[in-house]
Amino acid sequence: MSDSATLEQPPQDAGERQPVTKKEITADHPTWCPGCGDFSVLSIYYKLIQKRNIPHENVTTVAGIGCSSRFPYFVQAHGVHYIHGRALSFASGVSLSRPDLHVFTFGGDGDAFSIGGNHFVHTARKNIKMTYVVMDNFVYGLTKKQTSPTSPIGFKSKTDGWGALDKPINPMKLAISAGASFVARTTHTNPKHLLEMMDAAMDHDGFSFIECLSECTEFYAGAFDSSNPRKGGEFNLVPEDHDPTDEAAAYALASEDFPGHFGIFYQVQRPTKNALEAGVIEAAQSKFEGKPSSDVLQATFNRIK
Amino acid sequence: MSETTVSEANNGSNSQPSSISEVTIRLAGNSQDGIQSIGGFLARLAGRSEREVMTMMTIPSTISGGASIFQVRLGSGEVLSPGDKADVLFAFYQHSYDNHVKNLAKGGILVYDSDHVEPDEEWLTKYRHIGIAISSLTVEAIGGTARDKGKNIYALGLIGRMFSLNTEKLERLINERFSGKGESVVKTAMDAFQAGYRYQSGDLFNLFRLARGGDERSNQVVMSGNEAIGYGLIAAGVRFGAGYPITPWSDIMELLRRELPKYGGSFIQCEDEIASVSMAIGASYGGRVAVTGSSGPGISLKAEAVGWAVMAEMPLVVIDIQRGGPSTGLPTDVEQSDLNIACYGGHGDSPRVVLAASDVEDCFYTAIEAVNIARKYSVPVFVLSDQAIATRIEAFNEPDLKTICKDIELDLSPVSSHKPYDLSSGDGLSGHRAPGTRIEDGRYPVVTGLEHDESGHPSGDAVNHIAMTKKRRNKLKTLADELPTPEICGPDSGDVLLVGWGSTKGPLHEAVDQLTKEGYTLSSMHIKHINPLPTRLEDILPRFKSVFIVEMNDGGVYGYGQLAGIMRARYADARIKGINKTAARRWKVSEIIERVKARLEEETVAA
Ligand SMILES: Cc1ncc(C[n+]2csc(CCOP(=O)(O)OP(=O)(O)O)c2C)c(N)n1
Ligand code: SF4
Ligand SMILES: [Mg+2]
Repeated sequence: MSDSATLEQPPQDAGERQPVTKKEITADHPTWCPGCGDFSVLSIYYKLIQKRNIPHENVTTVAGIGCSSRFPYFVQAHGVHYIHGRALSFASGVSLSRPDLHVFTFGGDGDAFSIGGNHFVHTARKNIKMTYVVMDNFVYGLTKKQTSPTSPIGFKSKTDGWGALDKPINPMKLAISAGASFVARTTHTNPKHLLEMMDAAMDHDGFSFIECLSECTEFYAGAFDSSNPRKGGEFNLVPEDHDPTDEAAAYALASEDFPGHFGIFYQVQRPTKNALEAGVIEAAQSKFEGKPSSDVLQATFNRIK
Repeated sequence: MSETTVSEANNGSNSQPSSISEVTIRLAGNSQDGIQSIGGFLARLAGRSEREVMTMMTIPSTISGGASIFQVRLGSGEVLSPGDKADVLFAFYQHSYDNHVKNLAKGGILVYDSDHVEPDEEWLTKYRHIGIAISSLTVEAIGGTARDKGKNIYALGLIGRMFSLNTEKLERLINERFSGKGESVVKTAMDAFQAGYRYQSGDLFNLFRLARGGDERSNQVVMSGNEAIGYGLIAAGVRFGAGYPITPWSDIMELLRRELPKYGGSFIQCEDEIASVSMAIGASYGGRVAVTGSSGPGISLKAEAVGWAVMAEMPLVVIDIQRGGPSTGLPTDVEQSDLNIACYGGHGDSPRVVLAASDVEDCFYTAIEAVNIARKYSVPVFVLSDQAIATRIEAFNEPDLKTICKDIELDLSPVSSHKPYDLSSGDGLSGHRAPGTRIEDGRYPVVTGLEHDESGHPSGDAVNHIAMTKKRRNKLKTLADELPTPEICGPDSGDVLLVGWGSTKGPLHEAVDQLTKEGYTLSSMHIKHINPLPTRLEDILPRFKSVFIVEMNDGGVYGYGQLAGIMRARYADARIKGINKTAARRWKVSEIIERVKARLEEETVAA
């Protein structure tokens, strides 16, 4: 236990404080397998926190269940390891009740699009302010190689020994059609691009969604080689003339065969749920001119006597 | 103008109004007739007239066009239950007459709409019948354009006259109710009311006069149980909630959605119950305790998340307005069959707190208590109510809001260090630090559903799991020691103790009163804190020869219901037996009396 008397008094203004160091933001050594794509996402998150100079106590990381969702344990900051598939709903509660925080949510493809599919759609359409990074490895990692909702047809898993039968979900299409206001695609093998996307997502006022290809070296090695120049593949950025406010164009990009393009497919400004609810509150409170809550409730009770 | 048809039944007529201390009126018609709103007016009026009031209403199972009844019991003394039998029945249709005439008390009065009802010879001799052409008289009164809409207000006028109610107050209530809809609507309603009130009949209006209640009840508020829960949560400082619509919980989420913004809060309608409970827990994590709720199947869906809140030690209030189950069950009927899921619903050992409200007033205070326990113990707290209290309107003494109302300030003051699952205090309490709180030693908490060590890091260590399981359970032991001992109504030892929970409180109390008058010696006890049970409860049971748990759920394979099961497990006492009912209707006082007598007979035979 630390002796608080020996600690320097923290400056009141977070802006005056020294940016948090990588050492300060690093927690337990990740339990991921060597070479797992999730490592790069974690180290880019550290970079982002430092780059954006987020006050240490405001870093809020939420995740569901899966290999990727162990993320919060590896960040020395306020963190939540919630239940499988429901991290977005939890994070929405934090975001809506704490407008002072920018919540980051991390998870896997099963967590996001299978058990959490319903919440993904509704969090996107409600445009709840937060950044959601899905570390998509096309497989269930934590439960050891079952078919995931993004596994391509033919992928041999323990639940489809003969190769996956069902048409996979296309996360980008799903996000665009559900109404996400920021939709980007990146990969763990290009950390620079990953940081760019995280940075842009954080700037976005709304629900910012990033699909990050993140290889599961244990159960689906080589899945993304064709997107990795070092493995003979190609990494193509979204064409410069792409208009990210054009929904149809974004949908067309999302429809390309793997490996497709990387970058911001779609981005529009529309009111966040946070702002809309704040508007409702402002309108309701304007009638009470800062009266204490007992007076407000008394006014209601006077009408039901 | 049609004539009043008055038949003289054996009770005869009496021109002197008799002063009565209470009356039960049942109105039977169709849901589109606005029967429920008559009840609302009477309840409000009673609240303003210093009379204790309790009303009962059943929701029709079809949304529109279905049969609907409303029963109101007005009393000048303490009214404990909505009344078994009606003293006065208003029958608007033949089916209303046919189905409800048997619910009239001996000597009761039947007022029927002679435009729609043909009385039955058999009943004519039994009850005093008063036929009034309610439909055509209403049309006549309001100009004939609105067909027979307004019948309910006409009937309200009749009732007002019949029981010499305060017309001035009633007219003010009608005004308040309709003024938002425009002047012509108010005028139509007033016309209908006055026509009913001025209706000429022989001695119909000279039968009763309700005695006035005591002055100590002069300041009452009138609301339903669901409203009381909603306002209780607000008074306790809840400013965030999330839910998904389902009957009969929906009223609460609608109220919170409408009201919370006035206090700077919000209530979010989610895509399902899992999202709702998760969002609420997320807001609790954000630093201020939040609420979710549901009924029936929605409660089942929340189970996994509630387990997380137990494990992660996050405060949360879960409102469960019980209805008939399992599955979709009986959506608009009453049952007390969610006690087990509230106490045990979820995998693993997951101790949580369960409270049950007994009447409308208690809904208000139970909601407040739930919030306070959730905050202090960082634990999910269930509030059980049921369909019978949820929609029932009662008047109760106005709470002193100045002293009760709280705003929960977000506390983000820095701390030198923090362990979210600190084991050092024996009572199991640690406490939550919300994001935004600076932890000066730089070691930040992870809150988690994985078994964890004191700082929230995953641990599969056996010794640690034992210690953490004990911590979560000890919080409830600490709470149990603080809980008040349930009060006993009647002698505090003797032959029979009847035990109830939730909405059975009133009927049980009345049953004991009546049985005592009949010469039985027995007592009743109502349990509000069900999980954990109050520590001192264990001294009470041995003082009685028999203990019967009266509840609205199945006696099950072994002959006792859900609370009885919990108490048998707790006290290892085979004398605890069940008196159960699964008819999806509330307990009638007479039923309890019959069942208790029958049980006592069985026991004597067996002895
Ligand atoms: C309700 C529930 N069902 C199933 C599981 C088991 N489970 C844990 S993680 C997981 C899938 C993980 O896959 P993904 O979300 O893609 O994450 P990854 O491990 O690949 O990063 C499953 C099925 C669970 N924890 N909870
Ligand atoms: S199983 Fe796959 S996803 Fe999980 S840690 Fe190992 S490599 Fe990463
Ligand atoms: Mg995966």
